[in-house]
Amino acid sequence: MIPVRYRIGKVRRETHDTFTLELHRLDGQPPLRFRPGQFNMLYLFGVGEVAISISGDPDDHENLVHTIRAVGTVTKSLEHLGPGEVIGVRGPYGRAWPVEESRGQDVVLVAGGIGLAPLRPVIHHLLARRADYGRIVLLYGTRSPADILFRRELERWRARLDLDILVTVDRMAEDWRGSVGLVTTLIGRAPFDPARATAMICGPEVMMRYTMAELLERGVASESLYLSMERNMKCAVGLCGHCQFGPTFICKDGPVFSAPEMAGLLNLREV
Amino acid sequence: MSQSALILEREDFRHLLAALGAEGRTVIGPTLRDGAIIYDEISRVEDLPIGWRDEQSPGRYRVERSDRPALFDYVVGPQSWKKILHPPAVKLWSARRTAEGFTIDAPVEPPRRYAFLGVRGCEMEAIARLDRILLEGEYVDSTYAANREGLFLVAVNCGRSGGNCFCTSMGTGPRVKRGYDLVLTELIDAEGHRFLLEAGSLRGERMLAELPVRIAAEAEQTAATALIEATAAGMGRQVETAGLRELLREQSNSPVWDEVAQRCLTCANCTMVCPTCFCSTVEDVTDLTGDHAERWQKWDSCFTMDFSYLHGGSVRQSTRSRYRQWLTHKMSTWIDQFGEPGCVGCGRCITWCPVGIDLTAEIRAIREASPATTNGGRS
Amino acid sequence: MSGSSIEKIIASHPFFAGLAAESLRLVAEKARLVELPAGEVIFHQGEAAERFYLIRTGRVALDVYTPRRGRYTIQTIENGEILGWSWLVPPYLWRFDARVIEPVEAIELDGRRLRELGEVDHDLGYELYKRFATLIGRRLESTRIQLMDLYGSSH
Repeated sequence: MIPVRYRIGKVRRETHDTFTLELHRLDGQPPLRFRPGQFNMLYLFGVGEVAISISGDPDDHENLVHTIRAVGTVTKSLEHLGPGEVIGVRGPYGRAWPVEESRGQDVVLVAGGIGLAPLRPVIHHLLARRADYGRIVLLYGTRSPADILFRRELERWRARLDLDILVTVDRMAEDWRGSVGLVTTLIGRAPFDPARATAMICGPEVMMRYTMAELLERGVASESLYLSMERNMKCAVGLCGHCQFGPTFICKDGPVFSAPEMAGLLNLREV
Repeated sequence: MSQSALILEREDFRHLLAALGAEGRTVIGPTLRDGAIIYDEISRVEDLPIGWRDEQSPGRYRVERSDRPALFDYVVGPQSWKKILHPPAVKLWSARRTAEGFTIDAPVEPPRRYAFLGVRGCEMEAIARLDRILLEGEYVDSTYAANREGLFLVAVNCGRSGGNCFCTSMGTGPRVKRGYDLVLTELIDAEGHRFLLEAGSLRGERMLAELPVRIAAEAEQTAATALIEATAAGMGRQVETAGLRELLREQSNSPVWDEVAQRCLTCANCTMVCPTCFCSTVEDVTDLTGDHAERWQKWDSCFTMDFSYLHGGSVRQSTRSRYRQWLTHKMSTWIDQFGEPGCVGCGRCITWCPVGIDLTAEIRAIREASPATTNGGRS
Repeated sequence: MSGSSIEKIIASHPFFAGLAAESLRLVAEKARLVELPAGEVIFHQGEAAERFYLIRTGRVALDVYTPRRGRYTIQTIENGEILGWSWLVPPYLWRFDARVIEPVEAIELDGRRLRELGEVDHDLGYELYKRFATLIGRRLESTRIQLMDLYGSSH
């Protein structure tokens, strides 16, 4: 599995530690096709690889988009790249969000922090097929107003009459007139019918655990709850053993899992 | 035994070796080195550990002189065939900086074709486990596939059980079940020193046709069968596998994990000697100029702290969690993933553990410590 | 708005589900609908806590006043949520400021009267404490997770 070379077209700084890369294949071919929720292994020459969810529009066949948070060696090095530089891409890998299975249902997306990035392709996909779905609600929690990702895009989407977006922050800022509180507090007021809803949750594991509990209490069926898990990723093709989480390989059985598949595992320590 | 059982006399064994090396194959077999019987390239019968055997117990391995000039009186050593098929270090590709970023050069090393001499029943099953993971998944490990291609397998039915083996419990031996081209049973008695040979494939049959063999007498077939049965009866260790998958899944908070964690050094010896442990890592390295990069695949172990590292810290920090991960994977979640346990009962992990941890004893302890459940209780 | 329609609103709110008819009547008896403009401070920290609110629309900030930063919002209470539990927990003084961010329409309930009634009518008291214990417990849980700085550091 050899990385394919992509050139950086655009770099957009999202927040103080998060940036978005827009990539094009070096050989001019259209970029790889992907389904919402899948990820690529991004390779930086001589440094290494990192697993990053694809954050762009799956129907955009010209740009491959990744939103990256600089937290480790490879991502901090990627942060220094500019337009024109070349990186390697392997993928797409992983099981996608259930955008097909949730047709006809209300869709609740709950994003925490950088977790909004892997859900962004879902929003694009749903809006391009709006009539196929019931109510669509995005619940987004992040650290502070300065950490809100894709702000302009969110405001544009919110201006639509057929989509609800609720945003909350853990810490306020001086000029913030929005909600303050954990993202789970948005669930009680979100406008959707739990009896016919599919929920897709992405964010820190702690946030996903508590969000799942809250959604279950609101009446969403366990089989209709989906989350995106993360573990150390090396080969991304199920051969190196690193990404195992209980009996699953996150690279090929996940990263998207339904709640019943995760039964018991999420409450175990050090698994 | 089948009707096609043939006999090769000891003095004719060199012909088997020669036939294996024909057609450009590299013959890998057992040889004595540095006080252990390991697997390496061999070309002559004298390379084999003639007249040597091994004594194994928890945390202990010694070779000693056998009381007869047998070729296969040893059982299993510190190495397994994965050393060849799934090597400890493999260069996946190299890359160099160019004006357009970089370019990757796919490896062009011509694959070698191998013949393995002396594969035990448990080891044959271990190869089958690795086949399942590295060849039959959605993605194929190309190095493994290349090494496995055309592999000629000469198996050996064990005439002696090692101190730590439990192949009978895992259903992997001592009689070799499948996957071989030829299987031999070494017979040494008043009648002489010879090998009972059987083919397991068309290639095996063709090779037998070229060797100076004769048809085995019924007494010889009976002797071979009796030998294998005696080996089975003399197995040193046992594991109760019924309900083991559910037991380990449910006993993630067993006090036994805490207890074994007091002894386990997380040295990763067990994963290195285990014939089915397949975990690897990827290393990207550059030279001093920074213009040349290589990607290497190397053996890795779930016992290392780094194995489960995830931005900021490792998920499995405690010894307890890492030992639990290894044993639970080997005996429980491996079944969920691949349909059968990862353990083949070779006992190497018991032999090569510096503190002599015996997973058969740990499993027994977990069973005994568990409250009686529908699957895991005493029933 | 008529008393009976206020009673209907209270009766249909999940927070009061399962309340006996008589208790419901007592709760709704002195309740009234209020409209609060943006900027209005509903109560100050330290004041006697005598009322609570069922927020129907709008957004209320719970603020802590700090000398240097001024007011600091630790949480917002919004549509469908209950504002105010200090009237039921000693010493019955507001623990935070409550300030309207987005104009609020709410049902204001007479907490002190219900507290006094509950001292006598223990069935009513028990039902109130049960519900508010749950509310406070959930707020405590989510506040504790909020304090973890989940998105800031590596979790």
